[in-house]
Amino acid sequence: MTPFFKELCERFPEQIRSVEEPVPGQVTILLSGSDVTGLARHFITEYQARLVTVFAEDRVNAEGVFYNYYVFDQLGDPSWVILKAPIPSDRSSFQSLAAELPAVNWQEREIQDWFGIEAEGHPNPRRVALHDNWPDVHPLRKDFPLDTELPAFEGDQHVYRPTLGEGVFQIPVGPVHAGIIEPGHFNFAVAGEPILYLQLRMFYTHKGTEKLFERLPAQKGLFLAESVSGDSAFSHATAFCQAVEKAGGIEVPSRAEFMRTVLLELERIDNHIGDVGAIAMDVGFVIANAHAGRLREMAMAINEELTGSRLLHGMACLGGVRRDWSDGQVAALRDAITTLEGEFRDLVALLKSSDSTRDRLERTGFLHPEKAAALGIVGVGGRASGIDLDVRRDHPYAAYRHLSWRVPVYQEGDVLRRMQVRIDEVFESVAMIRAALDSLPGGPCRAADLSIEPGRCALSAVEGWRGEILYWVRTGQGNRIERCKIKDPSLNNWPAVVEAVQGNIIADFPVINKSFNLSYSGTDR
Amino acid sequence: MFKILQKTLRAGTVTQPYPDTAAKLASGFRGLPEFDLANWRDARPAADACPTGAIAVTDAGSLRTVTVDYGRCILCGECVTATPEGAVRMGKRFEAAAADREALLISAGYTIDEEGRQIHLVRAAAPDNGQETGRELASEIHRVLGRSLAIREVDAGSCNGCELEIVALNNPVHDIERLGIHFVASPRHADMLLVTGPVTRNMELALRKTYDATPDPKLVVAVGACGISGGIFGTNYATRGGVDQVIPVDVYIPGCPPRPEALLFGILMAVGRLRHRR
Repeated sequence: MTPFFKELCERFPEQIRSVEEPVPGQVTILLSGSDVTGLARHFITEYQARLVTVFAEDRVNAEGVFYNYYVFDQLGDPSWVILKAPIPSDRSSFQSLAAELPAVNWQEREIQDWFGIEAEGHPNPRRVALHDNWPDVHPLRKDFPLDTELPAFEGDQHVYRPTLGEGVFQIPVGPVHAGIIEPGHFNFAVAGEPILYLQLRMFYTHKGTEKLFERLPAQKGLFLAESVSGDSAFSHATAFCQAVEKAGGIEVPSRAEFMRTVLLELERIDNHIGDVGAIAMDVGFVIANAHAGRLREMAMAINEELTGSRLLHGMACLGGVRRDWSDGQVAALRDAITTLEGEFRDLVALLKSSDSTRDRLERTGFLHPEKAAALGIVGVGGRASGIDLDVRRDHPYAAYRHLSWRVPVYQEGDVLRRMQVRIDEVFESVAMIRAALDSLPGGPCRAADLSIEPGRCALSAVEGWRGEILYWVRTGQGNRIERCKIKDPSLNNWPAVVEAVQGNIIADFPVINKSFNLSYSGTDR
Repeated sequence: MFKILQKTLRAGTVTQPYPDTAAKLASGFRGLPEFDLANWRDARPAADACPTGAIAVTDAGSLRTVTVDYGRCILCGECVTATPEGAVRMGKRFEAAAADREALLISAGYTIDEEGRQIHLVRAAAPDNGQETGRELASEIHRVLGRSLAIREVDAGSCNGCELEIVALNNPVHDIERLGIHFVASPRHADMLLVTGPVTRNMELALRKTYDATPDPKLVVAVGACGISGGIFGTNYATRGGVDQVIPVDVYIPGCPPRPEALLFGILMAVGRLRHRR
């Protein structure tokens, strides 16, 4: 045990029951009770740790308790620290941290909705994941069958904060939007053009995904992971595979790690190019978007050539990757990304040549770095507001420990910088793909032994193009998964959209929203 | 301004003339799986491997019925891997849209031996591929809709994969507007609803209201495995399954997600359907 944990045990002898490292780099601290307030404060004030996620698990049948898991990330330390807090099944409540840590506001409410465990002292304990009109059910409890047919919803609809004041209007938008985007409800209060505040309602696309994972064998669960957030299919599937591999003791061949790295960066490139075009589109620079659309098609053709799918479906698999590449495919990839890089450089030059575009993007949708830190913002939106996080560097996986790159971080926190982070990252990704291909090892691309050790837990993180994607699994008998927790970066980042739009004119909402481009399906699962 | 013009001229014309010419596919492209029904010796491993239950095997004594539902297929290729004798392989077919749900099904009857291996194919019904060509369909739009079709896209619970490919229809490569088809912001302006799924319980009401807000005559196209059948999500406490569980559907477009040309093919097929209704 390192001095850090020795000191911790001495300081919190009553609370800490045991400290274990079941998976290298993941220290689990089992607590004696459900209250983590003292320890959480200690981590945050003494070690500037970040509370990454909070989730629960129903172990009532097996151990007579629910568990709450609090995952902490300490700056400069490659280990994840996971507090595991038991909640007796007859008590069913825990001390909320949301008043101090707004980042866990939604996640604690999710625990209330999914498991029926109350977050005591939560500043806004209303439902978040289950809409208000749902009956009183808790779907992630083990005694709730996946196929339960719920009656027609007749409960009350969500009540929004009233829009008051002379000349203040309410603009309800969605869930069916004007553009081709995912469903969610935005409720604006506007005074003239400026937005006073925005209220969000998500979880329209909730599909019972985490529950469904509990029924599928891991090999099939993989395809479900591809469908959590369709634009991040490979990142989600890889995060799922890594979690199962770590928990189940599957060794991934080195060639597969490099191939995964290449594919993860390809996914980043095609999405970032699409977003750069879409941001330009939303401020009226249509030609830039047309070029971006053309470039994205080039990127998708690369994806299809390497994986058979434009969106990289069917390539991820447990223990490696499903299809190997020939030398010819690797050579073609090198040529194709070089062409794409040149074209993208031209596109960036085109965008930068337009002063009116810069004028629309600069200081639009400002997210203050302090706010971003308080809300636990991750990924592109975080890096544009001074949050220097990158899972690839901080908790290396796949082949990232063999590569080096620059993590773009800006302090200005506006739409322009969120676009700039994407632009910088496209160039970094191209260089990373080249470096990964240079040192692409031979050998198999998939592990031979894919049997999964049951009853083991592991966490896995992937820096998807949006940001940090987390999967936590407990393996079960017969290659099944007993619990799969998914956290898409979007879940953290929606409150950032709410912050960033305040005071902006309503006409700028689309471009501000696009500059974050969060996943509704990843949030809602 | 000059730079913009220069850049545009240098890029040239990138638009693909599909459906007038065949779609440009990457050599590794995986289309729908193909089944050599006569030489398929055992469908059980493929049925076990399929993550969405698209392949089903029912035995009754020495007879077996195998059904394959392209409306559930996510093109993963697990059935191919599970069938080493080669009777199943990934094809290049993507123009698979159908006006009837049944037209997406293959059904085959076999006699089987004691170990459950298939001996003889006794009966086979495969989807009718004698469909109109894309080119014929494209000319329909001019006749029936006065050269224009307005589509409202509705995401009723999708993962956003289908949306990415639908958005791609608007890029210069696929450029759907060259066919007189455009996406509109409101169902009140639409001739067609292009709906992705699975339809979640939370989107059910919104989908019904959107359908009701669309003026008659209207078309509904269900997109992707999830839009057709619920796909890998199926039907559970949070989803209704396919779009046709909630509103009537005119055309189904298989795929996960369907590539842009597959979408275009299905949209054009739906326009052909409108002819019969008027």
